[in-house]
Amino acid sequence: MRYNEKQLQALSRQPAEMAAELGMRGPKKGSVVKRRLVKLVVNFLFYFRTDEAEPIGALVLEHCRVNREEPSGFSITFVEDTERKYHFQCCSENQCQEWIEALRRASYEFMRRSLVFYRNEIQKMTGKDPLEQFGISEETRFQLSSLKA
Amino acid sequence: MKLNERSLAFYATCDAPVDNAGFLYKKGGRHATYHRRWFVLRGNMLFYFEDPASREPVGVIILEGCTVELVEAAEFAFAVRFAGARARTYVLAAESQAAMEGWVKALSRASFDYLRLVVRELEQQLAAMQAGGCPPPPRRPRAILPKENGCAVWSAELPATPPVSNTDARPGPELPLLPPRQQTSVPSRPLDTASFAQLHERYGQEIRALRGKWLKSQARP
Repeated sequence: MRYNEKQLQALSRQPAEMAAELGMRGPKKGSVVKRRLVKLVVNFLFYFRTDEAEPIGALVLEHCRVNREEPSGFSITFVEDTERKYHFQCCSENQCQEWIEALRRASYEFMRRSLVFYRNEIQKMTGKDPLEQFGISEETRFQLSSLKA
Repeated sequence: MKLNERSLAFYATCDAPVDNAGFLYKKGGRHATYHRRWFVLRGNMLFYFEDPASREPVGVIILEGCTVELVEAAEFAFAVRFAGARARTYVLAAESQAAMEGWVKALSRASFDYLRLVVRELEQQLAAMQAGGCPPPPRRPRAILPKENGCAVWSAELPATPPVSNTDARPGPELPLLPPRQQTSVPSRPLDTASFAQLHERYGQEIRALRGKWLKSQARP
């Protein structure tokens, strides 16, 4: 699949939501843990060799699951193949928990659901649609399901 | 750079409603020829396929950080540009005025950043309302079991509690959903200092300007 790699590289240099050196192990059988600089920017998880400025790769964080892996670690799997796990090793319980929470919120789809939720709550409380003032209330991507009254 | 392409292809072709879809002409990278492709916008990613029935995208344009502007390369043409000297500009052309306007609007607002700003704004509004003496209705956190591919949001019931994301079933957290942005380990982002209203006004101005230009060009005899 073609993609705009230069733009992705530029994105990897943006300020990150989370960045740390973690142990990382790829999903292939027999892969070993390597130290990587792992950086979360919007819905991309970049990983770098610790002494390099360009990322080796990136994980797009849509439709993924983040699970706790003892001790002090977590794994990311994707919906279409839950056997392929990307493993990450943190250095403390706290750090592990922080990463898991950040990654679970890091998808566009999660943001969208949050928006729909808040929109509905505010509308319930005020009777007004908070998106109207921004002129985006008609956008299909922000609509509630057809169950909406 | 490695990318989890299989997962990306899955995301591109899953059943959830898309944010925009349609045929567009895409100008080739090296040659001037346009190729007609089926485009699908999902989140901050614009996928393009040979045709609507294709199982896998030919490619994807990651839209984070882009600007969209009308260009005179062809009728109903617009460009997706990125800052940075070596970034590629994508020239696309729609098949009608309405389609072009729809795409320009959708792509201008497709970034994760933009969505996050809207969510933060609403989150603050709601928190302010609740703090302002209006007691929130009592809510018991209730575990929401996400469907396998996370696409359930469009057809599922509206959750009574904040949505639980990318996770095994567990009770959803109470507000606020987004973690406070006071992490000392994370550098503060320039966008934090612009208010949402300012940024939204800026996007709106860009779109109005583009529209004005297009209308003027149409008015020429």
